[in-house]
Amino acid sequence: MSTPSQTVGPYLSIGLPWEDGPDVVPEGTAGEILIWGTVFDGAGAIVPDALIETWQADSNGRFDHPDDPRGAVKGFRGFGRCPTDNDGSYSIRTVMPGPLPGQAPHIDVSVFARGLLHRVVTRIYFADDASDPVLASVPEERRSTLIAVKSGGGYRFDVRLQGEGETVFFDV
Amino acid sequence: MGNPTKLKLPQYLRDPEGTQPPLDSPGYGSTALRHPKQPLVLLPQKLTEITGPVLGPGRLGELDNDLTRQHAGEPQGQRIIVGGRLLDGDGRPVRNSLIEIWQANAGGRYRHNLDRWPSPVDPNFTGVGRALTDDEGRYEFTTIKPGAYPWKNHHNAWRPAHIHFSVFGSAFTQRLVTQMYFPDDPLFSQDPVFNSVPDEKARQRMISKFDFSRTLPEWALGFEFDIVLRGREGSVFEAEEEDDDE
Repeated sequence: MSTPSQTVGPYLSIGLPWEDGPDVVPEGTAGEILIWGTVFDGAGAIVPDALIETWQADSNGRFDHPDDPRGAVKGFRGFGRCPTDNDGSYSIRTVMPGPLPGQAPHIDVSVFARGLLHRVVTRIYFADDASDPVLASVPEERRSTLIAVKSGGGYRFDVRLQGEGETVFFDV
Repeated sequence: MGNPTKLKLPQYLRDPEGTQPPLDSPGYGSTALRHPKQPLVLLPQKLTEITGPVLGPGRLGELDNDLTRQHAGEPQGQRIIVGGRLLDGDGRPVRNSLIEIWQANAGGRYRHNLDRWPSPVDPNFTGVGRALTDDEGRYEFTTIKPGAYPWKNHHNAWRPAHIHFSVFGSAFTQRLVTQMYFPDDPLFSQDPVFNSVPDEKARQRMISKFDFSRTLPEWALGFEFDIVLRGREGSVFEAEEEDDDE
Protein backbone atom coordinates (compact mmCIF):
# COMPACT_ATOMS: atom_id res chain seq x y z
CA MET A 1 0.00 0.00 0.00
CA SER A 2 3.01 2.29 -0.38
CA THR A 3 2.77 5.65 -2.08
CA PRO A 4 4.60 5.40 -5.42
CA SER A 5 7.74 7.35 -6.18
CA GLN A 6 7.88 10.07 -8.82
CA THR A 7 10.75 12.00 -10.36
CA VAL A 8 12.23 15.06 -8.64
CA GLY A 9 11.93 16.75 -12.04
CA PRO A 10 14.20 19.43 -13.48
CA TYR A 11 13.59 21.98 -10.73
CA LEU A 12 14.59 20.00 -7.65
CA SER A 13 17.16 22.67 -6.87
CA ILE A 14 14.48 25.09 -5.69
CA GLY A 15 13.26 22.62 -3.06
CA LEU A 16 15.88 20.20 -1.86
CA PRO A 17 19.32 21.76 -1.38
CA TRP A 18 20.33 23.04 2.05
CA GLU A 19 23.11 25.50 2.70
CA ASP A 20 24.88 22.98 4.95
CA GLY A 21 23.67 19.95 2.98
CA PRO A 22 27.07 18.88 1.65
CA ASP A 23 28.62 19.15 5.13
CA VAL A 24 28.00 15.93 7.01
CA VAL A 25 30.58 17.44 9.37
CA PRO A 26 31.52 21.13 9.67
CA GLU A 27 34.63 22.35 7.86
CA GLY A 28 37.69 21.93 10.06
CA THR A 29 36.50 18.72 11.74
CA ALA A 30 39.38 16.41 12.63
CA GLY A 31 39.70 13.64 10.06
CA GLU A 32 37.42 15.30 7.50
CA ILE A 33 37.49 13.94 3.97
CA LEU A 34 35.98 15.20 0.75
CA ILE A 35 34.08 12.84 -1.51
CA TRP A 36 33.51 14.27 -4.94
CA GLY A 37 32.57 13.16 -8.39
CA THR A 38 30.45 13.63 -11.47
CA VAL A 39 27.16 12.08 -12.53
CA PHE A 40 26.98 10.86 -16.15
CA ASP A 41 24.14 9.59 -18.32
CA GLY A 42 24.12 6.75 -20.84
CA ALA A 43 25.61 8.94 -23.58
CA GLY A 44 28.46 10.00 -21.31
CA ALA A 45 26.94 13.47 -20.89
CA ILE A 46 27.07 15.13 -17.48
CA VAL A 47 23.85 15.27 -15.45
CA PRO A 48 23.46 18.81 -14.09
CA ASP A 49 20.09 18.22 -12.43
CA ALA A 50 20.76 15.34 -10.07
CA LEU A 51 20.90 15.20 -6.29
CA ILE A 52 23.26 12.97 -4.33
CA GLU A 53 22.34 11.95 -0.79
CA THR A 54 24.65 10.02 1.53
CA TRP A 55 24.02 8.11 4.75
CA GLN A 56 26.75 6.56 6.86
CA ALA A 57 27.99 5.52 10.29
CA ASP A 58 30.40 7.68 12.29
CA SER A 59 34.11 6.91 12.49
CA ASN A 60 33.40 4.26 15.12
CA GLY A 61 30.74 2.55 13.03
CA ARG A 62 27.85 3.91 15.09
CA PHE A 63 24.59 5.68 14.19
CA ASP A 64 22.52 8.30 15.97
CA HIS A 65 19.37 6.27 15.45
CA PRO A 66 16.93 4.48 17.79
CA ASP A 67 16.73 1.29 15.69
CA ASP A 68 20.43 0.50 16.00
CA PRO A 69 20.30 -2.42 18.48
CA ARG A 70 23.74 -1.46 19.79
CA GLY A 71 22.22 1.84 20.99
CA ALA A 72 22.18 5.31 19.45
CA VAL A 73 25.31 7.44 19.71
CA LYS A 74 24.24 11.06 19.71
CA GLY A 75 25.67 13.86 17.68
CA PHE A 76 26.68 12.60 14.23
CA ARG A 77 24.27 13.69 11.48
CA GLY A 78 25.49 11.00 9.10
CA PHE A 79 23.53 12.56 6.24
CA GLY A 80 24.82 14.56 3.31
CA ARG A 81 23.01 16.11 0.39
CA CYS A 82 24.42 17.86 -2.64
CA PRO A 83 22.80 18.81 -5.95
CA THR A 84 25.00 18.44 -9.02
CA ASP A 85 26.36 21.64 -10.50
CA ASN A 86 26.26 22.86 -14.10
CA ASP A 87 29.22 20.56 -14.76
CA GLY A 88 27.49 17.52 -13.22
CA SER A 89 29.72 17.53 -10.16
CA TYR A 90 28.95 17.18 -6.46
CA SER A 91 30.99 17.02 -3.30
CA ILE A 92 30.35 15.91 0.27
CA ARG A 93 32.45 16.77 3.34
CA THR A 94 32.43 13.96 5.88
CA VAL A 95 34.61 11.62 7.93
CA MET A 96 35.60 8.09 7.03
CA PRO A 97 32.90 5.73 8.31
CA GLY A 98 34.06 3.01 10.69
CA PRO A 99 33.57 -0.66 9.90
CA LEU A 100 30.25 -2.28 10.83
CA PRO A 101 29.82 -5.78 12.20
CA GLY A 102 30.76 -8.07 9.31
CA GLN A 103 30.94 -5.21 6.79
CA ALA A 104 33.73 -3.02 5.43
CA PRO A 105 33.39 0.77 5.82
CA HIS A 106 30.84 2.10 3.36
CA ILE A 107 28.41 4.93 2.64
CA ASP A 108 24.92 4.38 1.27
CA VAL A 109 24.03 6.71 -1.60
CA SER A 110 20.71 7.75 -3.16
CA VAL A 111 20.73 9.41 -6.58
CA PHE A 112 17.73 11.47 -7.66
CA ALA A 113 17.35 13.25 -11.01
CA ARG A 114 15.02 14.37 -13.75
CA GLY A 115 14.46 11.18 -15.73
CA LEU A 116 14.70 8.96 -12.66
CA LEU A 117 11.17 8.05 -11.63
CA HIS A 118 12.58 6.38 -8.53
CA ARG A 119 15.87 7.02 -6.74
CA VAL A 120 18.71 4.65 -7.52
CA VAL A 121 20.80 3.36 -4.62
CA THR A 122 24.49 2.58 -4.59
CA ARG A 123 27.31 2.29 -2.06
CA ILE A 124 30.68 3.95 -1.72
CA TYR A 125 33.52 1.74 -0.50
CA PHE A 126 37.13 2.79 0.06
CA ALA A 127 38.86 -0.47 -0.78
CA ASP A 128 38.10 -3.69 -2.64
CA ASP A 129 37.61 -5.80 0.45
CA ALA A 130 36.70 -9.33 -0.60
CA SER A 131 35.50 -10.16 2.92
CA ASP A 132 32.61 -7.69 2.61
CA PRO A 133 29.48 -9.71 1.79
CA VAL A 134 27.87 -7.00 -0.35
CA LEU A 135 30.98 -6.40 -2.43
CA ALA A 136 31.38 -10.16 -2.74
CA SER A 137 27.83 -10.39 -4.13
CA VAL A 138 28.69 -8.03 -7.00
CA PRO A 139 30.23 -9.47 -10.19
CA GLU A 140 33.96 -8.93 -9.93
CA GLU A 141 34.26 -6.95 -13.16
CA ARG A 142 31.74 -4.38 -11.89
CA ARG A 143 33.06 -4.06 -8.33
CA SER A 144 35.36 -1.13 -9.11
CA THR A 145 32.30 1.08 -9.76
CA LEU A 146 31.64 0.98 -6.01
CA ILE A 147 35.11 1.97 -4.88
CA ALA A 148 36.07 5.59 -4.36
CA VAL A 149 39.53 6.44 -5.66
CA LYS A 150 41.90 8.60 -3.64
CA SER A 151 42.39 11.70 -5.76
CA GLY A 152 43.06 15.40 -5.44
CA GLY A 153 43.09 15.43 -1.63
CA GLY A 154 39.81 13.55 -1.46
CA TYR A 155 38.03 10.51 -2.79
CA ARG A 156 36.56 10.48 -6.25
CA PHE A 157 33.29 8.62 -6.79
CA ASP A 158 31.62 9.09 -10.17
CA VAL A 159 28.13 7.81 -10.88
CA ARG A 160 27.37 6.38 -14.34
CA LEU A 161 23.64 5.90 -14.61
CA GLN A 162 23.82 3.77 -17.77
CA GLY A 163 26.13 2.21 -20.31
CA GLU A 164 29.84 1.50 -20.21
CA GLY A 165 31.10 1.35 -16.65
CA GLU A 166 27.54 1.59 -15.33
CA THR A 167 27.58 1.99 -11.56
CA VAL A 168 26.25 -0.98 -9.61
CA PHE A 169 22.83 -0.08 -8.23
CA PHE A 170 21.07 -1.98 -5.50
CA ASP A 171 17.57 -3.17 -4.80
CA VAL A 172 17.19 -2.23 -1.15
CA MET B 1 34.75 -20.00 21.28
CA GLY B 2 31.93 -17.96 22.78
CA ASN B 3 28.45 -17.27 21.55
CA PRO B 4 28.57 -14.21 19.35
CA THR B 5 26.18 -11.45 20.30
CA LYS B 6 23.21 -11.30 17.95
CA LEU B 7 21.86 -8.05 16.58
CA LYS B 8 18.14 -7.83 15.93
CA LEU B 9 17.42 -5.77 12.82
CA PRO B 10 13.93 -4.80 11.60
CA GLN B 11 13.33 -5.61 7.94
CA TYR B 12 11.30 -3.56 5.45
CA LEU B 13 8.88 -5.07 2.95
CA ARG B 14 9.47 -4.67 -0.74
CA ASP B 15 6.54 -3.15 -2.62
CA PRO B 16 4.33 -5.43 -4.71
CA GLU B 17 4.94 -5.43 -8.47
CA GLY B 18 3.30 -2.43 -10.10
CA THR B 19 3.51 -0.07 -7.13
CA GLN B 20 6.68 1.68 -8.20
CA PRO B 21 7.32 3.10 -11.67
CA PRO B 22 9.89 1.23 -13.78
CA LEU B 23 13.08 3.25 -14.25
CA ASP B 24 12.83 2.50 -17.96
CA SER B 25 9.57 4.24 -18.90
CA PRO B 26 9.74 5.04 -22.63
CA GLY B 27 6.74 7.42 -22.48
CA TYR B 28 8.84 9.74 -20.32
CA GLY B 29 11.67 10.65 -22.67
CA SER B 30 14.22 11.65 -20.04
CA THR B 31 14.37 8.09 -18.71
CA ALA B 32 15.99 6.88 -21.97
CA LEU B 33 19.59 7.73 -21.12
CA ARG B 34 19.22 7.79 -17.37
CA HIS B 35 17.88 4.38 -16.37
CA PRO B 36 20.38 1.65 -15.44
CA LYS B 37 20.41 -1.25 -17.89
CA GLN B 38 22.17 -3.73 -15.64
CA PRO B 39 19.99 -5.63 -13.19
CA LEU B 40 19.84 -4.23 -9.64
CA VAL B 41 21.82 -6.22 -7.07
CA LEU B 42 19.91 -7.28 -3.99
CA LEU B 43 21.14 -5.36 -0.94
CA PRO B 44 20.47 -7.07 2.38
CA GLN B 45 18.97 -4.65 4.91
CA LYS B 46 21.69 -4.23 7.52
CA LEU B 47 22.58 -1.48 9.97
CA THR B 48 23.06 1.26 7.36
CA GLU B 49 19.75 0.46 5.67
CA ILE B 50 17.54 0.10 8.76
CA THR B 51 18.74 3.43 10.15
CA GLY B 52 18.42 6.82 8.50
CA PRO B 53 18.77 10.52 9.12
CA VAL B 54 16.78 11.93 12.01
CA LEU B 55 16.23 15.49 10.88
CA GLY B 56 14.41 17.47 13.49
CA PRO B 57 13.18 20.94 14.33
CA GLY B 58 16.58 22.55 13.69
CA ARG B 59 15.77 22.46 9.97
CA LEU B 60 12.60 24.55 10.21
CA GLY B 61 11.87 28.24 10.17
CA GLU B 62 8.68 29.64 11.64
CA LEU B 63 6.89 30.21 8.32
CA ASP B 64 8.26 27.20 6.48
CA ASN B 65 4.89 25.45 6.35
CA ASP B 66 3.03 28.52 5.07
CA LEU B 67 4.07 29.27 1.50
CA THR B 68 1.67 32.22 1.34
CA ARG B 69 3.49 34.23 4.02
CA GLN B 70 7.11 34.09 2.92
CA HIS B 71 7.09 37.47 1.16
CA ALA B 72 5.89 41.02 1.77
CA GLY B 73 2.67 40.44 -0.15
CA GLU B 74 0.36 37.51 -0.77
CA PRO B 75 0.85 35.31 -3.78
CA GLN B 76 -1.72 35.14 -6.59
CA GLY B 77 -3.98 32.13 -6.87
CA GLN B 78 -6.29 29.81 -5.00
CA ARG B 79 -5.22 29.49 -1.36
CA ILE B 80 -5.25 25.87 -0.20
CA ILE B 81 -4.43 23.84 2.90
CA VAL B 82 -2.77 20.49 2.24
CA GLY B 83 -2.51 18.12 5.17
CA GLY B 84 -2.47 14.49 6.07
CA ARG B 85 -0.42 11.84 7.78
CA LEU B 86 2.92 10.19 7.20
CA LEU B 87 2.44 6.48 7.90
CA ASP B 88 4.38 3.29 7.46
CA GLY B 89 2.88 0.27 5.75
CA ASP B 90 1.44 -1.02 9.04
CA GLY B 91 -0.52 2.19 9.57
CA ARG B 92 1.84 3.43 12.26
CA PRO B 93 2.53 7.17 12.29
CA VAL B 94 6.04 8.31 11.41
CA ARG B 95 6.69 10.94 14.08
CA ASN B 96 8.85 14.08 14.09
CA SER B 97 9.88 13.45 10.52
CA LEU B 98 10.86 16.12 8.03
CA ILE B 99 8.61 16.72 5.00
CA GLU B 100 9.85 19.01 2.24
CA ILE B 101 7.75 20.32 -0.64
CA TRP B 102 8.32 22.41 -3.77
CA GLN B 103 5.95 23.50 -6.50
CA ALA B 104 5.08 25.85 -9.35
CA ASN B 105 3.05 29.01 -8.75
CA ALA B 106 -0.63 29.50 -9.64
CA GLY B 107 0.29 30.04 -13.29
CA GLY B 108 2.37 26.86 -13.47
CA ARG B 109 5.76 28.61 -13.37
CA TYR B 110 8.61 27.48 -11.13
CA ARG B 111 10.94 30.02 -9.59
CA HIS B 112 13.90 28.41 -11.32
CA ASN B 113 16.21 30.01 -13.87
CA LEU B 114 15.67 27.20 -16.37
CA ASP B 115 11.88 27.49 -16.33
CA ARG B 116 11.33 29.94 -19.17
CA TRP B 117 7.85 29.30 -20.52
CA PRO B 118 5.73 32.43 -20.96
CA SER B 119 3.90 32.53 -17.65
CA PRO B 120 4.99 35.10 -15.09
CA VAL B 121 6.98 34.50 -11.92
CA ASP B 122 5.06 35.64 -8.85
CA PRO B 123 7.29 37.91 -6.75
CA ASN B 124 5.37 36.81 -3.66
CA PHE B 125 5.79 33.08 -4.14
CA THR B 126 8.90 30.97 -3.77
CA GLY B 127 7.13 27.62 -3.78
CA VAL B 128 9.22 25.86 -1.13
CA GLY B 129 7.99 24.52 2.22
CA ARG B 130 9.05 22.31 5.12
CA ALA B 131 7.16 20.77 8.00
CA LEU B 132 7.70 18.26 10.75
CA THR B 133 5.16 15.54 11.48
CA ASP B 134 3.62 15.52 14.96
CA ASP B 135 3.17 12.59 17.35
CA GLU B 136 0.38 11.19 15.19
CA GLY B 137 2.35 11.62 11.96
CA ARG B 138 0.27 14.65 10.92
CA TYR B 139 1.55 17.55 8.85
CA GLU B 140 -0.05 20.59 7.24
CA PHE B 141 0.94 23.21 4.67
CA THR B 142 -0.81 26.39 3.56
CA THR B 143 0.00 27.20 -0.03
CA ILE B 144 -1.40 28.14 -3.44
CA LYS B 145 -2.87 25.62 -5.84
CA PRO B 146 -0.14 25.13 -8.45
CA GLY B 147 -1.01 25.54 -12.12
CA ALA B 148 -0.47 23.00 -14.87
CA TYR B 149 2.44 23.71 -17.19
CA PRO B 150 3.67 22.65 -20.62
CA TRP B 151 6.80 20.62 -21.17
CA LYS B 152 8.47 19.25 -24.26
CA ASN B 153 8.15 15.53 -23.65
CA HIS B 154 5.70 15.06 -26.54
CA HIS B 155 3.49 17.26 -28.70
CA ASN B 156 1.30 19.55 -26.57
CA ALA B 157 2.44 17.87 -23.36
CA TRP B 158 1.18 19.33 -20.07
CA ARG B 159 2.00 18.25 -16.55
CA PRO B 160 -1.08 17.95 -14.33
CA ALA B 161 -0.93 20.30 -11.33
CA HIS B 162 1.25 18.74 -8.64
CA ILE B 163 3.27 19.40 -5.51
CA HIS B 164 6.62 17.61 -5.06
CA PHE B 165 6.93 15.86 -1.68
CA SER B 166 10.17 14.58 -0.15
CA VAL B 167 10.02 12.42 3.00
CA PHE B 168 12.56 10.43 4.97
CA GLY B 169 10.57 8.07 7.18
CA SER B 170 12.64 6.32 9.84
CA ALA B 171 15.07 4.31 7.75
CA PHE B 172 17.17 4.61 4.61
CA THR B 173 14.90 1.98 3.04
CA GLN B 174 11.89 4.31 3.41
CA ARG B 175 13.26 7.41 1.66
CA LEU B 176 10.68 8.65 -0.82
CA VAL B 177 10.22 11.54 -3.23
CA THR B 178 6.83 11.70 -4.92
CA GLN B 179 4.31 14.11 -6.40
CA MET B 180 0.89 14.92 -5.01
CA TYR B 181 -1.83 15.45 -7.59
CA PHE B 182 -5.31 17.00 -7.39
CA PRO B 183 -8.60 15.13 -7.84
CA ASP B 184 -10.20 14.74 -11.27
CA ASP B 185 -7.43 16.39 -13.24
CA PRO B 186 -8.25 16.11 -16.97
CA LEU B 187 -4.53 16.06 -17.77
CA PHE B 188 -3.86 12.67 -16.16
CA SER B 189 -4.64 10.74 -19.32
CA GLN B 190 -1.76 12.28 -21.32
CA ASP B 191 0.86 12.44 -18.54
CA PRO B 192 3.60 9.78 -18.76
CA VAL B 193 4.98 10.62 -15.32
CA PHE B 194 1.70 9.98 -13.49
CA ASN B 195 1.00 6.96 -15.72
CA SER B 196 4.47 5.49 -15.20
CA VAL B 197 3.04 3.76 -12.12
CA PRO B 198 1.61 0.52 -13.53
CA ASP B 199 -0.91 -0.29 -10.82
CA GLU B 200 -4.14 1.72 -11.03
CA LYS B 201 -4.75 1.67 -7.27
CA ALA B 202 -1.18 2.74 -6.58
CA ARG B 203 -1.61 5.67 -9.00
CA GLN B 204 -4.72 6.74 -7.11
CA ARG B 205 -2.66 6.96 -3.91
CA MET B 206 -0.79 9.92 -5.41
CA ILE B 207 -4.02 11.92 -5.78
CA SER B 208 -5.11 14.07 -2.86
CA LYS B 209 -8.75 14.18 -1.79
CA PHE B 210 -10.79 17.33 -1.47
CA ASP B 211 -11.31 17.73 2.29
CA PHE B 212 -14.20 19.89 3.38
CA SER B 213 -13.34 19.41 7.05
CA ARG B 214 -9.96 21.01 6.42
CA THR B 215 -11.51 23.81 4.37
CA LEU B 216 -11.56 27.14 6.24
CA PRO B 217 -14.53 29.50 5.73
CA GLU B 218 -13.67 32.71 3.90
CA TRP B 219 -10.10 31.52 3.60
CA ALA B 220 -8.87 28.32 1.95
CA LEU B 221 -9.86 25.01 0.36
CA GLY B 222 -8.63 21.85 2.07
CA PHE B 223 -6.98 18.78 0.55
CA GLU B 224 -5.95 15.58 2.30
CA PHE B 225 -2.85 13.65 1.27
CA ASP B 226 -1.61 10.69 3.32
CA ILE B 227 1.81 9.30 2.45
CA VAL B 228 2.44 5.62 3.11
CA LEU B 229 6.00 4.28 3.36
CA ARG B 230 7.20 0.69 3.28
CA GLY B 231 6.15 -1.36 6.31
CA ARG B 232 8.19 -3.75 8.41
CA GLU B 233 8.17 -7.52 8.15
CA GLY B 234 9.60 -8.82 11.40
CA SER B 235 13.32 -8.92 12.11
CA VAL B 236 16.46 -10.82 11.25
CA PHE B 237 19.31 -11.65 13.58
CA GLU B 238 22.92 -11.35 12.65
CA ALA B 239 26.18 -11.83 14.52
CA GLU B 240 27.61 -8.67 16.03
CA GLU B 241 31.16 -10.07 16.10
CA GLU B 242 32.69 -12.70 13.90
CA ASP B 243 34.11 -15.39 16.16
CA ASP B 244 37.39 -16.55 14.68
CA ASP B 245 39.08 -18.51 17.48
CA GLU B 246 37.56 -21.89 16.84
